[in-house]
Parts: sequence; C-alpha cells; structure tokens
Amino acid sequence: MKKKVYQIAENRLIAADTYKLVLSGEGPVDGEFVHLEIPPYFLRRPFSVCDTSESELTILYKTVGEGTRALASLPAGTSLNVLTGLGKGFSADACRENALLVGGGLGAAPLYLLARELKAQGKQITAILGFNKADELVLRKEFEALCDQVAITTLDGSVGTQGFVTDALKALEPIYDYFYTCGPMVMMKAVCGMLSGPGEASLEERMGCGAGFCYGCSIQTTGGPRRVCKDGPVFKKEEIIW
Amino acid sequence: MVKDLSVQLGGLRLKNPVIPASGTFGFGLELAGDLDLNVMGGISLKGTTREARYGNPVPRIADCTGGMINSVGLQNPGIDVLVNEKVPALRKIYGGAIIANISGFSVDEYRENCAKADACEGIDLIEVNVSCPNVHGGGLAFGTSARSAAQVTAAVKEVCHSKPVFIKLSPNVTDIVEIARACEDAGADGLTLVNTFLAMRIDMVRRKPVLANTMGGFSGPAIFPIALRMVYQVAHACHIPVMGCGGVSSARDVVEMMMAGATAVQVGAENLRNPFACPEIIETLPSVMEELHIDSLKDIIACI
Repeated sequence: MKKKVYQIAENRLIAADTYKLVLSGEGPVDGEFVHLEIPPYFLRRPFSVCDTSESELTILYKTVGEGTRALASLPAGTSLNVLTGLGKGFSADACRENALLVGGGLGAAPLYLLARELKAQGKQITAILGFNKADELVLRKEFEALCDQVAITTLDGSVGTQGFVTDALKALEPIYDYFYTCGPMVMMKAVCGMLSGPGEASLEERMGCGAGFCYGCSIQTTGGPRRVCKDGPVFKKEEIIW
Repeated sequence: MVKDLSVQLGGLRLKNPVIPASGTFGFGLELAGDLDLNVMGGISLKGTTREARYGNPVPRIADCTGGMINSVGLQNPGIDVLVNEKVPALRKIYGGAIIANISGFSVDEYRENCAKADACEGIDLIEVNVSCPNVHGGGLAFGTSARSAAQVTAAVKEVCHSKPVFIKLSPNVTDIVEIARACEDAGADGLTLVNTFLAMRIDMVRRKPVLANTMGGFSGPAIFPIALRMVYQVAHACHIPVMGCGGVSSARDVVEMMMAGATAVQVGAENLRNPFACPEIIETLPSVMEELHIDSLKDIIACI
C-alpha cells in the first residue's frame, strides 16, 4: 500500500452516467483497486484499475451517489490523494490456454486490465460483455483489439445480441479452461452457476479502510470470514456463498 | 530544544501519547508491512470476545459528513487466538505498549477474558469495552448504567493482578461522569473515553437503512468537541488517568485532548481514511509543541 498524489489528466463522460478518469503520476500501480479521497467526503472511494502505465492510471466510474458526482465535477489538473496497491486481483496464471471473460456494465473495466495481461501471456481470450442498452456500452474497441472473440449483449437489443450475458454463453458455448467475471452480483451468481469449469469473480462491498485492518467489508465464504478489500475482491468460484 | 513526547500511563512509560484506537488498526499485524509500528506509543488491539465472532452482516460501513458509522459487530478470532497467536506475533515486532481490548456479553465472560489477557506476557494494559449489550440484563449495554459498569469493573479487577485495567466508556449516556466515578470506585486503574455515538443513515433511493444492522457507531472529526468535553468533565471529576478518544485527526487535536485532561490520546476513524495518520501525527507533534511553547507533553495534561 502506498499513498500518492495524482493529477487529473482527463475526466470525461464516455457513456450514460459513465466517466473515464485518467490520472497522471507514478505508475504502473499494483493491486486490483485504488482508494480515492474525494473532498469533502470522509471515507475514500474504491475504484477498480482499468488500465495503468509508467505514468498513468485509468479508472471508469458511474455517477451513482454523492461521492462519484463530486468526482465527476473535478476538472483536469486537480490533485487527488490516492492509496494504491490494494486488493488481490485476478490470477491470470490460473488460465492455461483459453480464457473466458464475462463482464456486466462497468465490470468490464477491471477485466480489461486482465485481458492485457492474458494477451501478454499469449493466451486465447473470449470476452462476453453485457450492458443494459447501447448508450452504456464501454471498451468495445479496446476488447476487440486484445481478444480473439468479443460478444456484446444488451437487455433491449440496441447493440449486439438481445438478452443477458448468460444467453450469449448458452449460444456461443465458448471453449475455455478458466473464466473470470465481474459485474452485478446477480449476473456473477448466474455465470458461476452456469459455468461448470473453474473460475473466479470480483466482488464489491462498502469498504472502510480498503486495506484489511478495519474489517468493515468482511463476508462469509466457504473458507470462513474474508475481507473483500484484502483477501479479495477476487474470489474463486467455490469460495463464494451467494 | 528537544521536545519530550513521553507520558506515564498506568505505570507504563509511553514514548509518545499516540495510540491507534481499538477496531481501527486490526491487531497491528495487518499494517506491519506498510508502516513502522514502532513509532506508536501504544496500540489498542481489535476488540476480543470469548468465542470467535463473524460480526454483523454487510454493509457495515456508512460515510457521513465529518465521519463515518460502523457496525462491524466485534468480528474477532476469540480470546485464545488473541493471547496465543496475535499478541506473541505483534510482541516480536513491536516494542511499545500493547493494549488488549476486551469485550463480553456477560460479567462472567469479561472476567474469563480478562484473566486470560492478564496472564498473557505480551499484553501491557487491558482496556475493557463496556459498550456491549448485557445478554442477561435485557440487552442494554453494560456501560449505560453506573451499576453494571461498576459490576464489570469489580469483576475484572478481581482477576487482573499484574496489569492496569482501563474501562472504555460509552458516550451514549445522560451523565458520563457518574459512570466514570462508579468505575473508579470499583477499582479501575484508568478510563478510555469515548466509544462511538449510536447513529444511522438511510439510503433514500432504496428506502432502507444503509447499514444491514440499521444502526452503528459514529466516529470521526465531527465528534471531537463532544469527546473533548467529556474527557474534560471526567478528568476533572476522577483521580485516575484518562485516554482521550473521539474524532482526533491531527497533532493539534492530540494537544487539545491532553489539555482537557487526557494522559494519552487514541486516534480512531482517521486511520480508516489515512492509514498513515498516526505516524504523521507523531511526526508533526514537535512542531505543534514548538508553536505552543510546550517542552514536555506531560506538562499540559489537564492544564485547563
């Protein structure tokens, strides 16, 4: 864990209520998520890392509450206090050859960083990304550049095939030896229930410290209580009690 | 001039008065890789009960203006793991005061847990959290009546022969001085005050409480003036040392808390938004002392 100061390089609306935040500063950051201080709010807000390089850190976020709305109002050049190096992320090494990525909404963001890593390891990638409707679509081109197959689904059929990601899974029957999923809990539950092979899911919980010492985000797992911020947010399918 | 940050607390010498508060610093071990624990005057460990507890369902955390609410619900591995694993592991890497924070749901449980803590070599001081509900007393917290707070104090003092016992008081009472006096009369060696304030938030979109447990304890900078007032009242009414706790977030707050009557000062919620808060406060203390013409922190305790 490190406390760093980053400058906002870009903070722009890219889809419905969805912003892309690019922070410039020392990189690449370790860990699955970063914890951002958003004045005047007391607790930091956790965001998955979507991409990171030597000098940048990219986050996608939705304005769902006061904190994220305040974040959306910050102009380029604003300094942000950031805790980095938090959380246990996806294990790219668990996949031997064929990876299956299933994302729902902004769950696509951390899967993008994973896709980059899998690609660098020379693995075959199938990505299925679900959204409510076309105006919420993000990262399509970015995934297409990395993956061997990308399927998009929307609930209203306004882009890609109509239906849930689980409908696309049934239709495509993708070849995989390990799957990775991130998105709404109901979606991940359905995906983990449907896929018989091994895999893991990235969970979300309201956090206090974000670094494993306040026990504010502990959940029950098959292995006992686990902290989403420190022991996760990524857990193996068989560990999760839905 | 070199500033003297050391204080004497319940017969212990602390190299400075800054102590992360129970529940906001785990067992110290969680942060050992990220910061130098040895700068801390003491560490108050996570509240411990007889049996291991998962605690309350999530969400357990709600953000607020000037602070936060938690309803962690005393998640802990139980007293045996504390004394046999956590404390020995921390003792190996930390030389300051190790404070065991003990909870219980009956007088017998407090007594049993404190006896084990008293027998544990690595523990320097026992802090008894009386904000837990009394399962034999209708669920009201022990710390909300002078009689039950004194009952717990007397019971744990019977079994604690080698270590100072501090009672950590709840602020959710009409007259904290009455309860503080009752604990002193029952033999407490010191007092920690205050614990969190009972509070709640509502998710207006879902029309549900934010916390799964509906209510929780509020802490953070917003409670600082209230905690300070209670420390002032209690320190001036009692003859035993007080650890001040509640909304402390800066070196200036530490000094103010000591002027009100605190011998040592605990930092709580601030650790959650800044895990480096305690080391930063300790590093800043000498310059604040310089500005306020203080050579030794001992000189300002209860100076007003």
